[in-house]
Formats: sequence, structure tokens, C-alpha cells
Amino acid sequence: MTINGNRITFKINPFRLVLILFSLIFVGIVIYRLVTGLKLTNLNDAWPWGLWIFIDVKLGVALAAGGFTTAGIYYVLGVKKVKSVVKPAILTAWLGYCLVGFGLLMDLGRWYGWWHPIFSWGEHSVMFELYMCVLLYTIVLTCEFAPVLFKGIGMMKLSTFFTGLTAPLVIGGIALSTMHQSSLGSMYVLTAGKLNELWWTMILPVLYYASAVAVGPAMVTCETALAGRFYRHEWDHPAMTYLAKWSGYVMTFYAVLRFSDLALRGQVNSLFAFDTVSLMCLLELGIGCVLPLFFFWSYKLRGKEMTQKMIVRNAVLLVLGVALNRGNVVFTGMAKAAGEYYFPSLGELFLSIGLISVGILVYCFIVENFDVFPEHVHHPEVERQQDRPEGATCLQA
Amino acid sequence: MSKGVLVDLTKCFGCGACTVACKLWNEKKYDDVNKPTMGENAHLVDINWTVVSKHNVTDAAGKPAWRFIKEQCLHCVDPACASSCLVKALRRTPEGPVVYHPDLCVGCRYCMVACPFNIPKYEWEQSFPKVSKCQMCSTRIDNGEMPACVSVCPNQVMTFGERDDLLKEAHRHISANKQQYIDYVFGEKEVGGTAWMYISDQPFDKIGFKTTVPKESLPAFTWQILNKLPMILVGWTAILSGIYFFNKRRNAISESKQDSKGGPQA
Repeated sequence: MTINGNRITFKINPFRLVLILFSLIFVGIVIYRLVTGLKLTNLNDAWPWGLWIFIDVKLGVALAAGGFTTAGIYYVLGVKKVKSVVKPAILTAWLGYCLVGFGLLMDLGRWYGWWHPIFSWGEHSVMFELYMCVLLYTIVLTCEFAPVLFKGIGMMKLSTFFTGLTAPLVIGGIALSTMHQSSLGSMYVLTAGKLNELWWTMILPVLYYASAVAVGPAMVTCETALAGRFYRHEWDHPAMTYLAKWSGYVMTFYAVLRFSDLALRGQVNSLFAFDTVSLMCLLELGIGCVLPLFFFWSYKLRGKEMTQKMIVRNAVLLVLGVALNRGNVVFTGMAKAAGEYYFPSLGELFLSIGLISVGILVYCFIVENFDVFPEHVHHPEVERQQDRPEGATCLQA
Repeated sequence: MSKGVLVDLTKCFGCGACTVACKLWNEKKYDDVNKPTMGENAHLVDINWTVVSKHNVTDAAGKPAWRFIKEQCLHCVDPACASSCLVKALRRTPEGPVVYHPDLCVGCRYCMVACPFNIPKYEWEQSFPKVSKCQMCSTRIDNGEMPACVSVCPNQVMTFGERDDLLKEAHRHISANKQQYIDYVFGEKEVGGTAWMYISDQPFDKIGFKTTVPKESLPAFTWQILNKLPMILVGWTAILSGIYFFNKRRNAISESKQDSKGGPQA
């Protein structure tokens, strides 16, 4: 069998062997979990939600925001210079949502009833809205990425058919993403009185949406930097600079909103109480807001061009910041209401690690066999034309 | 009209008959070693829909004393758990009980996160666990009977009736016995009101009650956000489509001037 006229390839190296090992462990845990229930977790009545909800759902969805943001920037706003990152971003978003779906299924106690919400609508539930949007958006992403897959296996007509659907898919995808990215925040509005006031606010949906729109391109930047290292791709500086600016402006909006919300609700004192909760919040705000915005604006205001190093560093900080934020909402902010500690079991840990390993392996397989990255990056004349201050380091790495 | 139960905590001497009645009527197992239904270590768990917990307090004369608290689901008038459920597996009946329908439940446990009183518990040991909480004996109420626990109380600690009547009675009783009671009916305003209400001689926060819960209905918070979503969905799609067609046209004009490549899609 061939893909795009080439034989299917999948090189095995030590890193991938480790991933395969994790994937095998993952399969074992999944079977055990499906048969025996949630006994393998450290979840209990005080902590009904744990690592899986945090990593596989909350963080997974936020970090997969790169799909709808870059697709929106390229197709809707018509910013053509981000072209090289669109297809990889849609691929990672698609895989991301598939993993989120699977992670959520693993977390459902009565997983065989996963289709119930389609028929029994709990329309007053944020979870219902989240479920519907994630389900529909996963279908949308599958259709968005379908042209690449169908072209690869030689079904050109289907490929052209799905390409023709791109515009409505992208617009629908952004609408669905707006709904469910914000819903991840709205979900916790119901926990008024339980979730610590440093995080509980009526504007949780706006904060979650804004941070997702900011972190999506940042995650795409991290992925591009990593893929560039492994596959020796050109660092597409104009595209990456655009994404960095995008994240910078959106994060500024987020920071203004977040800090004024804290101030207006009179939470400044508890923010600087320097107990565990306040320290975690300060860490989140420092890494996710203050540092990246300081770097961004100090470059911006001095009119300096952002370097690759600075762009990647900022992207990593934003990703860490959002991870801390989501983790703080799920764990730190709810700890007092729970009244006891929670630490994930090995089963929980390895299921999440395995899920991500499977994702990476599938990603590697697809990008090595299908047309995901733009072909022209290996052409020497393009490399010479491009203005890239630190691109060389990336090539050597 | 919705039903309710008024609990006069000053009358409870902790016999635990109500917990036995609950186990018998709802066919729940006993595990007195790990999951006791009475005493200082009594907690609501999957098999304990109601417990009588013991609290050490100081009475009006300044002497150490015990107080016994009958705990179970409070059956909110506007329950957060029911609003949180994505499949409507938790529903409040017009009579007041908030009832669980296990056939619909998918086990996401959002109800447990949402409940302001941490009432819903989970059958963690089961392969396909159910959420577990007091149903206020809804089938008995349908037949015109009172909940099993209320019916067996030897000291009439609990009064079953119309919630509105019970509330009036509670305030009347407190004002008639001002020395004996704290002037507060727990459950009157908590999260918008609950079917189970308590009066006590001890401050409620000293005897394990969650007094910090908001006084407003919690689903109302979420609904303020959810009811805007259809508008946002339609408006946002329209705006995005507008921007898309504007840019498409602008690009078409500029492309007619200079040749450029197509989109990244195959």
C-alpha cells in the first residue's frame, strides 16, 4: 500500500520505542479500567474529578485551541503568511480532540452510555453544551483534515469535496470552539461557594475563552519548534512572529480582565496572603501573564523584532501558565471545599501518559506519510530568500 | 405545592432509628466498621443516604454537651445537581424530592462537583458505578406517605409537610421560644432554599453545617451565561462569515493584480 505514491514509512528510534511501550501499558490499563471501573484511580467522594479531567479534558481542549485560532487567522482573517502552520495545527487539534474524547470516555463511570446526551438533553447543563460542542467540533475537525487523508490514499474526489467545505467548516468550528472553550470556565460558575474566590468569577467563561485564544497559537508555536527540530524544517519567521503578536495582544486583554476582576471583587488581599492558594495563583499569574507580557511589550515598545528564542520562550510560558490556571481551578481552588488531599494513582498517571504517547505516535505517522508540512520548506532557494535571524540554530538542532 | 421537612435539632437524642429505616426502605447494605451511620465518624457515603452525626458543643449553661445532626440530601428548591446533569438523570419532582434516574446517568460526576453541600456520593467499588444520594422516599411521597426516616422518629424531631407551612411554623416556633433557639432557619435561604430545613440551639457552623454557601440559586448563575449562548452562536457566526466574505473579495481583487498560490488545503 502506498500513500501519496510513496511506501508507508514509520522509522523506529529509541524515543518511539518508549512511546510504544507507554502505549502498550495504556492499552492494558484501558481494558482493566473498562472492566473494573474506577477502582484503579485515587478519586473519591471528596475528589470526584482528578488528573484525567485536568489533563485529558481541561488542558487538552485548551491546548488544542490552536486548530480553530490558526484556521480562523488564515481563512477568515485572510492572513496568508501563517499558511505553513495551518495544516499541522489542524492535525494536532484533530488528534487532540480525539484524545480528549477518549480521555472523557475513560472518566465516565457508565461509559457505555456515552451517547445518552444525544437523546436526553440536559439543556440547563453546561456539561451538555460542552459535550455537544466537543462532539460536533471533533466531526468538524475530522472533515477539515479529511482532504489531506483522502488525497494521501488517492481518493481525489472525496478530497476535493471536503476542500470545498473548508469555509463553512472553519466558521462553524470557530463558533463551536467559542462555545465550548468558554464552557470549560462556565462549568465552574456552578461551584460558587466551593471554588476559591481567586478563580471563581462570573467572567470565568470570558477568561477561559480569551486564554484559549491566546494559548492556541502559542501551542502551535511550541509544536512547530519541536517538529522543526525533529524534521529539520525551516523556521517560518513571519508566521511565528504573527502568532506571537496575536498571543501577546490577546493575553494582554486577558491580563487586564483578570487583574481588574480580582481587584473589583476585592481579592487583592487574598492574592497576596502568601498561603498555598495565593502562592499557586501568583505562580500562575507570574508565569502565564506577567512574564510573557513583560517580554512581549518590552520588545514591542522598543520596536525590536522578536527573535525565535523569545517567541518560543513566550509560547512555552503561555502554555505553562494556562496549564497552571486550569490545574488551579480543578485542584488548588477546590481543595478547601474537598477537605482532603488528592494525588493521582499510577493507573491514572500512566493512562494519561499513554494517551499522549499514542497521540504523538499517530502524529508522527501522519506527518511522515501525508502532506501536512508545506513541501517547499526543503528547497534551498526559499531558505535563502527568507529573512530569519536565528533560523540556523533550528536547522542544526 | 412542594413538600419539605423541618428538623428540630434540639429534640434529637441520636437513637439512629431514622438511619435504620432508611437502610431498610432503600435496601442499602450496612458497614458499621468502615461506614458507620451514627457517631462522630458518621459520613454520607454510597450506602449511607442518611446519617446521624455526633458533635461536641457547649450548652447554654456552659457545660459540654452533645448535639446530633440528621444528615441527608437537603433537596434544594432549585438544585445545582439537577441543572448540572447533562442527561437529566437528576430531576426535581413537583413535590420536592430531587430524584436520580440511573438508566440515564453516564457517570460524569459533575453533580458531585456542583452540589454546594457535597451530598451526591459515588459507588467507587462498582464496575459501573451509580451516583448515590437520598431520594426523599419520593415513591412514598407519591403515595401520600412521609419519608421512611421521618415516619420512624420516636421523638418527632422531624415534621413533614408543605414547605411554606413548615417555614412559617419554624419562625413561629423560634419566636415563641427565643431563649432556646438561634434565630435562624437553615435551608430557608441557602442556595435559594431547600426542602429540608433545620432549627437549632447551637450556631449552625459549630455543628457541621455549610453556612458559607451562597444565598442565591446556583443554577441561576449558570443560566445567565447559558441563555446568551444561542445569540452569541448566531451573532458570532454572522460576524465571522461577514469577515470571511469581505477578505475573500479583497483577496480576489488583489489576486487579480498579482498571481498567488491557493490555500494550504490539498
